[in-house]
Amino acid sequence: MEVRVIDAAEVTAAVKKLLMDCNYFIGADIMDALTNARGTETSPVGKSVLDQIIENDKIAAKEEIPLCQDTGMAVLFIEYGDRVCLKNGSFEDAVNEGVRQAYGEGYLRKSVVSDPVFDRVNTRDNTPAIIHTKIVSGDKIKITAGGKGFGSENMSAIKMLTPSYGVEGVKQFILDTVRAAGPNPCPPIVVGVGIGGTFERAAQLAKKATFRAINTSNPDSRYAELEDELLCEINKMGFGPAGLGGNTTALGVNIETSPTHIAGMPVAVNICCHAARHAETEI
Amino acid sequence: MTKKINLPITDNDINNLNAGDTVLLTGSIITGRDAAHKRLFELIEQGKELPVDIKGEIIYYVGPAPAKPGYAVGPAGPTSSYRMDKYTPSLLDLGLKGMIGKGARSRAVTDSIVKNGCVYLVAIGGAAALIAKSIKSEEILCYDDLGTEAVRRYEVEDFPCIVAIDSRGNNVYETEPPKYQK
Repeated sequence: MEVRVIDAAEVTAAVKKLLMDCNYFIGADIMDALTNARGTETSPVGKSVLDQIIENDKIAAKEEIPLCQDTGMAVLFIEYGDRVCLKNGSFEDAVNEGVRQAYGEGYLRKSVVSDPVFDRVNTRDNTPAIIHTKIVSGDKIKITAGGKGFGSENMSAIKMLTPSYGVEGVKQFILDTVRAAGPNPCPPIVVGVGIGGTFERAAQLAKKATFRAINTSNPDSRYAELEDELLCEINKMGFGPAGLGGNTTALGVNIETSPTHIAGMPVAVNICCHAARHAETEI
Repeated sequence: MTKKINLPITDNDINNLNAGDTVLLTGSIITGRDAAHKRLFELIEQGKELPVDIKGEIIYYVGPAPAKPGYAVGPAGPTSSYRMDKYTPSLLDLGLKGMIGKGARSRAVTDSIVKNGCVYLVAIGGAAALIAKSIKSEEILCYDDLGTEAVRRYEVEDFPCIVAIDSRGNNVYETEPPKYQK
Protein backbone atom coordinates (compact mmCIF):
# COMPACT_ATOMS: atom_id res chain seq x y z
CA MET A 1 0.00 0.00 0.00
CA GLU A 2 1.41 3.31 -1.07
CA VAL A 3 1.44 6.21 1.30
CA ARG A 4 0.36 9.65 0.09
CA VAL A 5 2.16 12.58 1.67
CA ILE A 6 0.07 15.71 2.26
CA ASP A 7 1.48 18.95 3.60
CA ALA A 8 -0.26 20.23 6.73
CA ALA A 9 -0.40 23.63 5.04
CA GLU A 10 -2.86 22.16 2.52
CA VAL A 11 -5.18 21.21 5.36
CA THR A 12 -4.90 24.69 6.84
CA ALA A 13 -5.67 26.33 3.51
CA ALA A 14 -8.66 24.06 2.90
CA VAL A 15 -10.16 24.67 6.36
CA LYS A 16 -9.65 28.42 6.01
CA LYS A 17 -11.44 28.54 2.67
CA LEU A 18 -14.34 26.32 3.77
CA LEU A 19 -15.05 28.40 6.87
CA MET A 20 -14.89 31.70 5.03
CA ASP A 21 -17.01 30.42 2.15
CA CYS A 22 -19.72 28.90 4.31
CA ASN A 23 -20.06 32.12 6.32
CA TYR A 24 -20.39 34.28 3.18
CA PHE A 25 -22.31 32.06 0.77
CA ILE A 26 -25.51 30.35 1.85
CA GLY A 27 -26.01 26.93 0.24
CA ALA A 28 -28.21 26.62 -2.85
CA ASP A 29 -30.42 24.15 -0.95
CA ILE A 30 -31.24 26.78 1.69
CA MET A 31 -31.72 29.59 -0.82
CA ASP A 32 -34.10 27.42 -2.86
CA ALA A 33 -36.05 26.47 0.26
CA LEU A 34 -36.29 30.12 1.37
CA THR A 35 -37.52 31.13 -2.08
CA ASN A 36 -40.11 28.34 -2.14
CA ALA A 37 -41.24 29.28 1.37
CA ARG A 38 -41.66 32.89 0.25
CA GLY A 39 -44.19 31.57 -2.27
CA THR A 40 -46.16 29.44 0.17
CA GLU A 41 -45.98 31.57 3.34
CA THR A 42 -49.39 33.05 4.18
CA SER A 43 -48.41 35.53 6.90
CA PRO A 44 -47.67 39.03 5.56
CA VAL A 45 -45.06 39.55 8.30
CA GLY A 46 -43.65 36.11 7.53
CA LYS A 47 -43.31 37.01 3.84
CA SER A 48 -41.56 40.24 4.74
CA VAL A 49 -39.15 38.40 7.06
CA LEU A 50 -38.34 35.86 4.33
CA ASP A 51 -37.75 38.70 1.85
CA GLN A 52 -35.30 40.28 4.26
CA ILE A 53 -33.49 36.99 4.92
CA ILE A 54 -33.16 36.37 1.17
CA GLU A 55 -31.94 39.93 0.59
CA ASN A 56 -29.51 39.55 3.49
CA ASP A 57 -28.06 36.34 2.10
CA LYS A 58 -27.61 37.95 -1.31
CA ILE A 59 -25.83 40.97 0.20
CA ALA A 60 -23.50 38.70 2.18
CA ALA A 61 -22.59 36.65 -0.90
CA LYS A 62 -22.08 39.70 -3.11
CA GLU A 63 -19.98 41.63 -0.61
CA GLU A 64 -18.28 38.56 0.85
CA ILE A 65 -19.21 39.41 4.42
CA PRO A 66 -20.71 37.06 7.02
CA LEU A 67 -24.44 36.57 6.54
CA CYS A 68 -24.88 36.33 10.32
CA GLN A 69 -22.76 38.04 12.94
CA ASP A 70 -22.63 34.76 14.85
CA THR A 71 -20.13 33.03 12.62
CA GLY A 72 -20.26 30.16 15.04
CA MET A 73 -17.99 27.68 16.64
CA ALA A 74 -16.08 25.83 13.91
CA VAL A 75 -17.25 22.22 13.61
CA LEU A 76 -15.49 19.81 11.27
CA PHE A 77 -16.26 16.28 10.16
CA ILE A 78 -13.14 14.65 8.79
CA GLU A 79 -12.78 11.46 6.80
CA TYR A 80 -9.08 10.76 7.00
CA GLY A 81 -7.69 8.22 4.57
CA ASP A 82 -5.53 5.58 6.22
CA ARG A 83 -2.83 5.95 3.54
CA VAL A 84 -2.38 9.67 4.19
CA CYS A 85 0.85 10.73 5.84
CA LEU A 86 0.85 14.35 6.99
CA LYS A 87 4.11 16.29 6.87
CA ASN A 88 5.12 19.62 8.42
CA GLY A 89 2.73 19.55 11.35
CA SER A 90 0.01 17.72 13.22
CA PHE A 91 -3.49 17.41 11.81
CA GLU A 92 -5.23 19.09 14.72
CA ASP A 93 -2.82 22.04 14.71
CA ALA A 94 -3.28 22.39 10.95
CA VAL A 95 -7.08 22.53 11.34
CA ASN A 96 -6.94 25.07 14.16
CA GLU A 97 -4.52 27.22 12.16
CA GLY A 98 -7.11 27.20 9.36
CA VAL A 99 -9.76 28.32 11.83
CA ARG A 100 -7.46 31.06 13.14
CA GLN A 101 -6.77 32.37 9.64
CA ALA A 102 -10.40 32.18 8.49
CA TYR A 103 -11.76 34.04 11.52
CA GLY A 104 -8.92 36.57 11.50
CA GLU A 105 -8.42 37.33 7.81
CA GLY A 106 -12.05 36.66 6.91
CA TYR A 107 -13.50 39.18 9.38
CA LEU A 108 -15.51 36.48 11.14
CA ARG A 109 -16.57 36.90 14.75
CA LYS A 110 -14.49 35.29 17.47
CA SER A 111 -17.05 33.60 19.69
CA VAL A 112 -15.11 31.03 21.70
CA VAL A 113 -14.26 31.29 25.39
CA SER A 114 -11.47 29.25 26.95
CA ASP A 115 -13.31 27.98 30.01
CA PRO A 116 -17.06 27.32 30.09
CA VAL A 117 -17.85 28.11 33.72
CA PHE A 118 -15.24 30.19 35.55
CA ASP A 119 -13.01 32.29 33.29
CA ARG A 120 -15.05 32.65 30.09
CA VAL A 121 -12.20 34.56 28.44
CA ASN A 122 -12.47 34.94 24.68
CA THR A 123 -9.66 33.04 22.92
CA ARG A 124 -9.67 35.84 20.29
CA ASP A 125 -9.08 33.53 17.34
CA ASN A 126 -12.15 31.27 17.57
CA THR A 127 -10.05 28.20 18.35
CA PRO A 128 -10.26 25.44 19.30
CA ALA A 129 -12.48 23.84 16.69
CA ILE A 130 -14.71 20.85 17.35
CA ILE A 131 -13.17 18.10 15.22
CA HIS A 132 -14.84 14.74 14.52
CA THR A 133 -12.37 12.45 12.80
CA LYS A 134 -13.11 9.11 11.19
CA ILE A 135 -10.35 6.98 9.70
CA VAL A 136 -11.43 5.56 6.35
CA SER A 137 -9.58 3.53 3.78
CA GLY A 138 -7.97 5.58 1.04
CA ASP A 139 -5.44 8.30 0.39
CA LYS A 140 -7.61 11.42 0.67
CA ILE A 141 -8.82 13.75 3.40
CA LYS A 142 -12.46 14.79 3.12
CA ILE A 143 -13.35 17.85 5.19
CA THR A 144 -16.88 19.05 5.91
CA ALA A 145 -16.82 22.28 7.86
CA GLY A 146 -19.41 24.58 9.30
CA GLY A 147 -19.83 27.50 11.64
CA LYS A 148 -22.46 26.62 14.21
CA GLY A 149 -24.30 29.53 15.78
CA PHE A 150 -25.40 29.14 19.37
CA GLY A 151 -28.81 30.80 19.26
CA SER A 152 -30.05 27.56 17.76
CA GLU A 153 -27.45 25.29 19.38
CA ASN A 154 -28.85 26.29 22.79
CA MET A 155 -32.30 25.03 21.74
CA SER A 156 -31.03 21.50 21.05
CA ALA A 157 -31.79 18.50 23.25
CA ILE A 158 -31.03 14.82 23.73
CA LYS A 159 -33.10 12.12 25.38
CA MET A 160 -32.31 8.51 26.14
CA LEU A 161 -35.55 6.98 24.90
CA THR A 162 -36.03 3.25 25.36
CA PRO A 163 -37.33 0.76 22.78
CA SER A 164 -40.96 0.72 23.92
CA TYR A 165 -41.31 4.41 22.99
CA GLY A 166 -41.26 3.35 19.34
CA VAL A 167 -41.53 5.75 16.44
CA GLU A 168 -44.32 7.70 18.17
CA GLY A 169 -42.02 8.47 21.08
CA VAL A 170 -39.29 9.59 18.68
CA LYS A 171 -41.70 11.93 16.89
CA GLN A 172 -43.02 13.36 20.11
CA PHE A 173 -39.59 14.16 21.50
CA ILE A 174 -38.51 15.88 18.27
CA LEU A 175 -41.72 17.93 18.08
CA ASP A 176 -41.58 18.81 21.79
CA THR A 177 -38.00 20.05 21.34
CA VAL A 178 -38.93 22.23 18.37
CA ARG A 179 -42.03 23.56 20.18
CA ALA A 180 -39.98 24.44 23.27
CA ALA A 181 -37.48 26.29 21.06
CA GLY A 182 -40.34 28.34 19.61
CA PRO A 183 -39.22 31.72 18.23
CA ASN A 184 -35.70 31.62 19.72
CA PRO A 185 -33.52 29.67 17.26
CA CYS A 186 -34.07 32.05 14.28
CA PRO A 187 -36.77 30.18 12.37
CA PRO A 188 -37.18 28.98 9.70
CA ILE A 189 -34.90 26.30 11.12
CA VAL A 190 -33.17 23.16 9.95
CA VAL A 191 -33.70 20.24 12.31
CA GLY A 192 -30.93 17.69 12.57
CA VAL A 193 -31.88 14.43 14.26
CA GLY A 194 -29.57 11.63 15.38
CA ILE A 195 -31.15 8.37 16.44
CA GLY A 196 -29.33 5.36 17.88
CA GLY A 197 -25.75 4.66 18.90
CA THR A 198 -24.77 5.78 22.37
CA PHE A 199 -25.39 9.08 24.15
CA GLU A 200 -22.55 10.89 22.35
CA ARG A 201 -23.04 9.18 18.99
CA ALA A 202 -26.65 10.34 18.81
CA ALA A 203 -25.58 13.93 19.41
CA GLN A 204 -22.82 13.68 16.82
CA LEU A 205 -25.22 12.24 14.26
CA ALA A 206 -27.68 15.06 14.92
CA LYS A 207 -24.95 17.58 14.12
CA LYS A 208 -23.97 15.61 11.05
CA ALA A 209 -27.62 15.69 9.96
CA THR A 210 -27.62 19.51 10.04
CA PHE A 211 -24.61 19.41 7.68
CA ARG A 212 -26.53 17.42 5.07
CA ALA A 213 -28.20 19.39 2.28
CA ILE A 214 -31.92 19.76 2.99
CA ASN A 215 -32.90 18.75 -0.54
CA THR A 216 -31.60 15.24 0.18
CA SER A 217 -33.41 12.44 2.03
CA ASN A 218 -32.35 9.62 4.29
CA PRO A 219 -31.63 6.64 1.98
CA ASP A 220 -33.96 4.43 4.05
CA SER A 221 -37.47 5.27 2.82
CA ARG A 222 -38.96 4.83 6.31
CA TYR A 223 -36.73 7.57 7.70
CA ALA A 224 -37.22 9.68 4.57
CA GLU A 225 -40.97 9.55 5.18
CA LEU A 226 -40.42 10.43 8.81
CA GLU A 227 -38.38 13.47 7.72
CA ASP A 228 -41.25 14.63 5.50
CA GLU A 229 -43.89 13.98 8.13
CA LEU A 230 -41.97 15.86 10.84
CA LEU A 231 -41.38 18.84 8.54
CA CYS A 232 -45.10 18.98 7.86
CA GLU A 233 -45.97 18.76 11.56
CA ILE A 234 -43.43 21.44 12.53
CA ASN A 235 -44.84 23.81 9.94
CA LYS A 236 -48.28 23.44 11.54
CA MET A 237 -46.95 24.89 14.81
CA GLY A 238 -47.43 28.46 13.61
CA PHE A 239 -44.17 30.03 14.80
CA GLY A 240 -43.24 31.10 11.29
CA PRO A 241 -40.29 33.20 10.08
CA ALA A 242 -38.53 34.89 13.01
CA GLY A 243 -41.19 33.35 15.25
CA LEU A 244 -43.58 36.18 14.41
CA GLY A 245 -46.27 33.85 13.08
CA GLY A 246 -46.59 31.90 9.85
CA ASN A 247 -46.44 28.49 8.28
CA THR A 248 -42.68 28.40 7.63
CA THR A 249 -41.13 27.29 10.91
CA ALA A 250 -38.69 24.79 9.40
CA LEU A 251 -37.03 24.44 6.01
CA GLY A 252 -35.93 20.86 6.45
CA VAL A 253 -35.64 17.88 8.77
CA ASN A 254 -32.67 15.54 8.32
CA ILE A 255 -32.37 12.25 10.19
CA GLU A 256 -29.22 10.17 10.60
CA THR A 257 -29.26 6.81 12.35
CA SER A 258 -26.88 4.28 13.84
CA PRO A 259 -27.12 0.76 15.29
CA THR A 260 -27.78 0.90 19.02
CA HIS A 261 -27.99 -1.25 22.16
CA ILE A 262 -30.86 -3.70 22.81
CA ALA A 263 -31.94 -1.53 25.75
CA GLY A 264 -31.76 1.84 24.07
CA MET A 265 -33.06 4.31 21.49
CA PRO A 266 -31.22 7.61 22.05
CA VAL A 267 -32.61 10.60 20.16
CA ALA A 268 -30.73 13.87 19.75
CA VAL A 269 -32.21 16.97 18.15
CA ASN A 270 -29.74 19.58 16.95
CA ILE A 271 -31.49 22.74 15.87
CA CYS A 272 -29.92 25.00 13.28
CA CYS A 273 -31.09 28.45 12.22
CA HIS A 274 -31.90 29.37 8.61
CA ALA A 275 -28.23 30.29 8.25
CA ALA A 276 -27.34 26.61 7.99
CA ARG A 277 -23.70 26.94 7.00
CA HIS A 278 -21.56 24.08 5.82
CA ALA A 279 -19.17 23.36 3.00
CA GLU A 280 -17.00 20.44 2.02
CA THR A 281 -13.89 19.63 0.07
CA GLU A 282 -11.47 16.80 -0.55
CA ILE A 283 -7.70 16.90 -0.48
CA MET B 1 -47.99 49.99 10.46
CA THR B 2 -44.54 51.52 10.04
CA LYS B 3 -43.53 54.25 12.47
CA LYS B 4 -40.39 56.35 12.31
CA ILE B 5 -38.84 57.27 15.63
CA ASN B 6 -36.06 59.74 16.30
CA LEU B 7 -34.00 58.82 19.34
CA PRO B 8 -33.88 59.32 22.24
CA ILE B 9 -37.29 57.70 22.46
CA THR B 10 -39.94 59.60 24.45
CA ASP B 11 -42.65 58.25 26.73
CA ASN B 12 -45.12 59.52 24.16
CA ASP B 13 -43.39 57.52 21.40
CA ILE B 14 -43.55 54.42 23.58
CA ASN B 15 -47.23 54.92 24.41
CA ASN B 16 -48.01 55.14 20.71
CA LEU B 17 -46.30 51.85 19.87
CA ASN B 18 -48.38 48.72 19.56
CA ALA B 19 -47.18 45.12 19.44
CA GLY B 20 -46.71 44.20 15.80
CA ASP B 21 -45.82 47.70 14.57
CA THR B 22 -42.82 48.03 12.30
CA VAL B 23 -40.46 50.70 13.58
CA LEU B 24 -37.55 52.52 11.94
CA LEU B 25 -35.17 53.98 14.51
CA THR B 26 -32.87 56.91 13.80
CA GLY B 27 -30.35 58.25 16.29
CA SER B 28 -28.16 56.65 18.87
CA ILE B 29 -28.49 53.30 20.65
CA ILE B 30 -26.15 51.34 22.90
CA THR B 31 -25.22 47.67 22.66
CA GLY B 32 -24.64 44.95 25.19
CA ARG B 33 -25.08 41.21 25.52
CA ASP B 34 -24.36 38.40 27.97
CA ALA B 35 -20.99 39.31 29.49
CA ALA B 36 -21.66 43.07 29.62
CA HIS B 37 -25.06 42.49 31.23
CA LYS B 38 -23.46 40.31 33.87
CA ARG B 39 -20.95 43.04 34.73
CA LEU B 40 -23.56 45.81 34.79
CA PHE B 41 -25.85 43.68 36.96
CA GLU B 42 -23.07 42.97 39.44
CA LEU B 43 -22.32 46.70 39.74
CA ILE B 44 -26.01 47.43 40.35
CA GLU B 45 -26.13 44.74 43.04
CA GLN B 46 -23.10 46.31 44.72
CA GLY B 47 -24.74 49.74 44.53
CA LYS B 48 -21.92 51.07 42.32
CA GLU B 49 -22.12 53.52 39.43
CA LEU B 50 -22.34 52.07 35.93
CA PRO B 51 -19.62 52.91 33.37
CA VAL B 52 -22.36 53.88 30.93
CA ASP B 53 -25.47 55.96 31.60
CA ILE B 54 -28.40 53.78 30.52
CA LYS B 55 -31.15 56.25 31.43
CA GLY B 56 -33.41 56.91 28.46
CA GLU B 57 -31.41 54.55 26.24
CA ILE B 58 -32.35 51.63 24.04
CA ILE B 59 -29.96 48.69 24.26
CA TYR B 60 -29.34 46.39 21.31
CA TYR B 61 -28.40 42.80 22.14
CA VAL B 62 -25.64 42.27 19.61
CA GLY B 63 -22.12 40.98 19.29
CA PRO B 64 -21.05 42.21 15.87
CA ALA B 65 -18.62 40.57 13.50
CA PRO B 66 -15.55 42.70 12.73
CA ALA B 67 -15.92 45.39 10.08
CA LYS B 68 -14.20 44.76 6.78
CA PRO B 69 -12.09 47.71 5.61
CA GLY B 70 -14.38 50.33 4.13
CA TYR B 71 -17.34 49.38 6.31
CA ALA B 72 -18.63 51.41 9.28
CA VAL B 73 -19.52 48.22 11.15
CA GLY B 74 -19.46 44.49 10.59
CA PRO B 75 -22.59 42.35 10.27
CA ALA B 76 -24.67 43.00 13.39
CA GLY B 77 -27.90 41.07 13.86
CA PRO B 78 -29.71 40.52 17.15
CA THR B 79 -28.87 37.76 19.60
CA SER B 80 -31.43 35.80 21.67
CA SER B 81 -32.92 38.05 24.33
CA TYR B 82 -33.94 35.46 26.92
CA ARG B 83 -30.34 35.13 28.08
CA MET B 84 -30.56 38.71 29.35
CA ASP B 85 -33.85 38.11 31.20
CA LYS B 86 -32.16 37.68 34.56
CA TYR B 87 -30.60 41.15 34.31
CA THR B 88 -33.22 43.16 32.42
CA PRO B 89 -35.66 44.21 35.19
CA SER B 90 -32.80 45.85 37.13
CA LEU B 91 -31.77 47.85 34.06
CA LEU B 92 -35.35 48.92 33.34
CA ASP B 93 -35.71 50.07 36.96
CA LEU B 94 -32.67 52.31 36.37
CA GLY B 95 -34.31 54.04 33.42
CA LEU B 96 -33.45 51.93 30.36
CA LYS B 97 -36.37 52.54 27.98
CA GLY B 98 -36.13 49.67 25.56
CA MET B 99 -34.35 46.62 24.25
CA ILE B 100 -33.76 45.29 20.75
CA GLY B 101 -33.20 41.55 20.48
CA LYS B 102 -34.92 38.47 19.21
CA GLY B 103 -37.18 35.83 20.69
CA ALA B 104 -39.36 35.43 23.75
CA ARG B 105 -38.94 37.07 27.18
CA SER B 106 -39.76 35.89 30.67
CA ARG B 107 -42.89 36.89 32.55
CA ALA B 108 -40.72 38.97 34.91
CA VAL B 109 -39.33 40.97 32.00
CA THR B 110 -42.79 41.59 30.53
CA ASP B 111 -44.04 42.73 33.93
CA SER B 112 -41.08 45.08 34.27
CA ILE B 113 -41.69 46.49 30.78
CA VAL B 114 -45.27 47.34 31.77
CA LYS B 115 -44.30 48.66 35.19
CA ASN B 116 -41.61 50.95 33.80
CA GLY B 117 -43.38 51.97 30.58
CA CYS B 118 -40.81 50.49 28.24
CA VAL B 119 -40.80 48.60 24.95
CA TYR B 120 -39.24 45.40 23.63
CA LEU B 121 -38.31 45.52 19.97
CA VAL B 122 -37.04 42.69 17.80
CA ALA B 123 -34.86 42.66 14.72
CA ILE B 124 -34.66 39.72 12.35
CA GLY B 125 -32.23 37.08 13.55
CA GLY B 126 -29.75 36.09 10.90
CA ALA B 127 -30.22 39.23 8.80
CA ALA B 128 -26.96 40.71 10.06
CA ALA B 129 -25.51 41.90 6.76
CA LEU B 130 -28.74 43.70 5.89
CA ILE B 131 -29.24 45.22 9.34
CA ALA B 132 -25.65 46.55 9.37
CA LYS B 133 -26.57 48.81 6.43
CA SER B 134 -28.62 50.93 8.83
CA ILE B 135 -25.74 51.34 11.32
CA LYS B 136 -23.66 54.36 10.35
CA SER B 137 -20.95 54.43 13.00
CA GLU B 138 -19.79 52.77 16.18
CA GLU B 139 -17.81 53.76 19.24
CA ILE B 140 -16.76 51.54 22.14
CA LEU B 141 -18.12 52.88 25.43
CA CYS B 142 -16.72 50.31 27.86
CA TYR B 143 -15.62 46.70 28.40
CA ASP B 144 -13.30 46.71 25.38
CA ASP B 145 -11.66 43.59 26.82
CA LEU B 146 -14.81 41.63 25.97
CA GLY B 147 -14.11 41.90 22.24
CA THR B 148 -17.37 41.46 20.34
CA GLU B 149 -19.25 41.72 23.66
CA ALA B 150 -17.96 45.24 24.46
CA VAL B 151 -20.58 47.96 25.04
CA ARG B 152 -20.80 50.16 21.97
CA ARG B 153 -22.70 53.22 20.83
CA TYR B 154 -24.21 52.91 17.38
CA GLU B 155 -25.53 55.74 15.27
CA VAL B 156 -28.39 54.24 13.29
CA GLU B 157 -30.56 55.44 10.46
CA ASP B 158 -33.93 53.80 9.79
CA PHE B 159 -32.87 50.75 11.79
CA PRO B 160 -35.67 48.22 11.14
CA CYS B 161 -37.40 46.45 14.00
CA ILE B 162 -40.78 45.21 15.13
CA VAL B 163 -42.55 45.89 18.42
CA ALA B 164 -42.67 42.49 20.14
CA ILE B 165 -43.90 43.59 23.59
CA ASP B 166 -45.50 47.01 23.95
CA SER B 167 -45.81 49.09 27.11
CA ARG B 168 -49.17 47.51 27.90
CA GLY B 169 -47.72 44.01 27.79
CA ASN B 170 -49.18 42.95 24.44
CA ASN B 171 -46.85 40.31 23.04
CA VAL B 172 -46.63 39.22 19.40
CA TYR B 173 -44.99 35.92 20.35
CA GLU B 174 -48.18 35.07 22.23
CA THR B 175 -50.73 36.49 19.79
CA GLU B 176 -49.35 35.74 16.31
CA PRO B 177 -48.23 32.07 16.15
CA PRO B 178 -51.65 30.73 17.29
CA LYS B 179 -53.22 32.36 14.22
CA TYR B 180 -51.17 30.08 12.00
CA GLN B 181 -51.38 26.94 14.11
CA LYS B 182 -53.09 24.01 12.40
